[in-house]
Parts: sequence; C-alpha cells; structure tokens
Amino acid sequence: MSEIPHLLVHEHADNVGVVVVEGLTAGTDMLCCVTHDNSTFRLTAGADVPIGHKIALKDLNDGDTAIKYGEDIGKIIANIPKGGHVHTHNCKTKRW
Amino acid sequence: MASKYANMTFKGYRRENGRVGVRNHVVILPVDDISNAAVEAVANNVKGTMAIPHAYGRLQFGEDLELHFRTMIGTGANPNVAAVIVIGIEPGWTQRIVDGIAATGKPVEGFSIEQNGDFETIRRASWKAKEYVHWATELQREECSVSDLWVSTKCGESDTTTGLGSCPTVGNMYDKLLPEGITGFFGETSEITGAEHICQKRAVNEEVGERWYKMWKAYQDEVIFAHQTDDLSDSQPTKGNIEGGLTTIEEKALGNLEKIGRTSQYIDILDPAEAPDSGAGLYFMDSSSAAAECVTLMAAGGAVIHTFPTGQGNVVGNPIVPVIKITANPRTVRTMGEHVDVDVSGILRREMTIDEAGDALIDMIRRTANGRNTAAEALGHREFSMTKLYRSA
Repeated sequence: MSEIPHLLVHEHADNVGVVVVEGLTAGTDMLCCVTHDNSTFRLTAGADVPIGHKIALKDLNDGDTAIKYGEDIGKIIANIPKGGHVHTHNCKTKRW
Repeated sequence: MASKYANMTFKGYRRENGRVGVRNHVVILPVDDISNAAVEAVANNVKGTMAIPHAYGRLQFGEDLELHFRTMIGTGANPNVAAVIVIGIEPGWTQRIVDGIAATGKPVEGFSIEQNGDFETIRRASWKAKEYVHWATELQREECSVSDLWVSTKCGESDTTTGLGSCPTVGNMYDKLLPEGITGFFGETSEITGAEHICQKRAVNEEVGERWYKMWKAYQDEVIFAHQTDDLSDSQPTKGNIEGGLTTIEEKALGNLEKIGRTSQYIDILDPAEAPDSGAGLYFMDSSSAAAECVTLMAAGGAVIHTFPTGQGNVVGNPIVPVIKITANPRTVRTMGEHVDVDVSGILRREMTIDEAGDALIDMIRRTANGRNTAAEALGHREFSMTKLYRSA
C-alpha cells in the first residue's frame, strides 16, 4: 500500500488494534490495516497513543472482553470510547 | 516441488559424535561458584579460551541437582564447544561432569582445588587449556546439511510488534526449515498462559498434547498460584512489555506462540536442559521465560543457534550459542540498532511480507552458521544463568 498504516489489527473479530507509528496524536485520521487479509479501514485516534499501544476499534464497556488475534486477551474494567487508548488502566488479565 | 531450502548447506565443525557446531569454543567450566576465580584465571592465562562463571553448584540436591548437572554437562557437550576444562572444588562432582561431557568423545579434563590450591590447579589447567587451544584452532569447517542445524527460539522484552512481526518471522522460518530436517526448540512455560488451548493442539498427537498441558498446568499450580502476591503484573508481563503496549499475559502469550508458525507441530516435551532424543523436529522445553535462563537451558539441550525476537530491545547473548536478534519495532531499530541482526520493521509498514521476513532470517541463520558474529557476540553479551528449582540444603 502506498500510505503507511497507523494501526494494525490481527483479525476481523478483534476489538482492539495496535499503533505502529511513533508520535500518533489525538484526532489523527488513521489508516488501519487488518493483517489477516490486508483489508483497510479508517478510524480517528481519540488520544495521543504511543507506538505499540492499543486503540479500541469500537465503544468498549466495563465487563467486556478484549479480543485480539481473534482470542480473549483480558477483561475491560472501564468504559472506553471508540478510538480510545486501551492498556493496563482499563484492561486486566483474567488469569492471575 | 522441492523446497528452495532442501539443498541449503553451511560450513560447520563436525564433532566426534556426529553433531555439528557453528562455533569452536574452548570452554573453562566451573563445577561450582567457588571455582569461578580459578576458571577466570585460566581463561586469562590462555587466550582463545572462555570462562563461564556461574552462581551455583554447592549443596544442591534432588531434581535441582540433576538440573545443575544436566546444564553443566549439556553446555560442555554442545557442539559449538571443541574442548572443555572442568574445575571444581572437589573431585567427585567434577568427575561426574567430565564423564558426562566425555560421552560425546570430545577432549575434556577435570581439575579439583582441594589439596592443590588455586595456584597449582590454575597451573595444571592452564597447560591443558593451551594444548586444547592449539588443537581446536587447527580444526577446519566442513560443508554440512541444513538438517545438521539445531535452532532454538525464545523472545524477550516483547511488545505488540513481536506478535505482529518478529515472532511470525521465526514461525515462518520453522515452517520452512523443520520440513528440511532441522531440530527446533521453543518453550517459556509461564508465557503460554492464555494461549495454552492453542499450544496443546499444536502437538503432533493427543498424547503429547496432554503431556504438554499437564506440564503447563503443574507450573501454574505448583509455582504461580503457590507463590503469587498479585496478578504478576510488572513480572509477567514485565515492565518493559507494558511500556511496549502489552497489557496482559494472555496478549503476550498469543504473540509468543506466533514463533511456531502456521504448520509446525512439536513432537515431544523436554525437561529443562534436556537434549532431544526422538529425532529431528520441534520440541517444547519446559523452561523459564527469563531470557538468559531460557537461552542457557536450550543451549544445554544442544541448540547451536538461537533466534531471538525482541520488541523493546532485550540485549541478551550466550557464551557458546550465537543469539540472532530480530525486531519489527522501528523505534528499537532507531534507538538500539547495534543490537539488531534482522530488521523486519517493514512488516509494520506493510512493505515486507512474513514470507520475505522468514527468508531474511534464514539467510541470517546461514550466515551466522558460516561464522558471522551476531550483534550480541560483537557486543560481548555472554549471559549464562542457571535455572534453580529451590533453595540449596
């Protein structure tokens, strides 16, 4: 693709994606790419999010399950708006 | 159609037992912590040797002692090692390690310190070490088949880019080279948590999968649940993982497991530092997820090259096994480039496919096997960390 993606998503079932550029700022109209089939969509970043960190692909609610790789990666523990930063402050392991 | 790697060869050192090494070290190995000074003195006297000091070896017992011997013997027996001097405080355990290494047929001699002192031990061991260096440096590399390679993997300071780029790169390498007859290792028992349902299914059959699950569950029950004081956040995932964007162990585990690719299946399970004996194929080694401990165990199991995906930039190396660093994180390439052997950050920009990245890694494995020093070797990273199962007596 000619434009470099800002966000990569593993699977279509995922509800979070990964920022893959440095210095992403709130309001950026992100090019998002699903690596499974290289399909693309656009999403507005809701916060300044560092490279490697996750962004919600839709509104997530307290009690929801975060999905990445098409699998359960933990529980959402606060409401997160679409485009918001998902990390340890609002997502926890279900294991330990 | 034959794979493009079917005829891949490299120049290695064929040892007395038929195994092939890609390095030619003369190692000075201590049996125990209090022999480190003598070992280091010998290595200082005789250039071209390498001391491998470590922290343990006294008053261990039971399974923990067996692991100590397995790690010591496996390190000396590794085909990247041409010859070994073993030094211990007393002759009994020293001889046990010498005998274990001697089973490979390679030159090995033991020295013990009690009733000799450091001076006399160092004098005698230095003469023998010098003899070994002259002998080893005349050994020649010869053409070897790709199937002679034993390649391990373990990732470190992972972040979300490892699951997107560097771990799938290793997985692609295994998918291409395991069919050519290499022997592979993966492990990191705690770090499969959240992906255990997937890992169990990647066993070659149900029986192996069930044994794998039992091993994984035993670590959960006997170690984590027995000793945890919190949800292990900052330990597993590490602070570096979290800085890099990984939030939970489940997320980390799913990225980790990308290292075994799409089609590879493991054929058996190894105890820590155990050498495979079921023929070529992929093995799961029950092992710590701490970088130096895991690489040390896999080297003792016989791996001659280690492939190490990193996100945030783990700098680990090993004394006897070249550690190839692969990263997909462009910030790590920019800020820590001296540690990177294979840059696959193009995957994140969608400029490089996983298939192309796997080919780039295989090319680096071939070059490393032929003698190219890795970044970790050039930077002097020789971390050797023994895994200890419980307190010594």
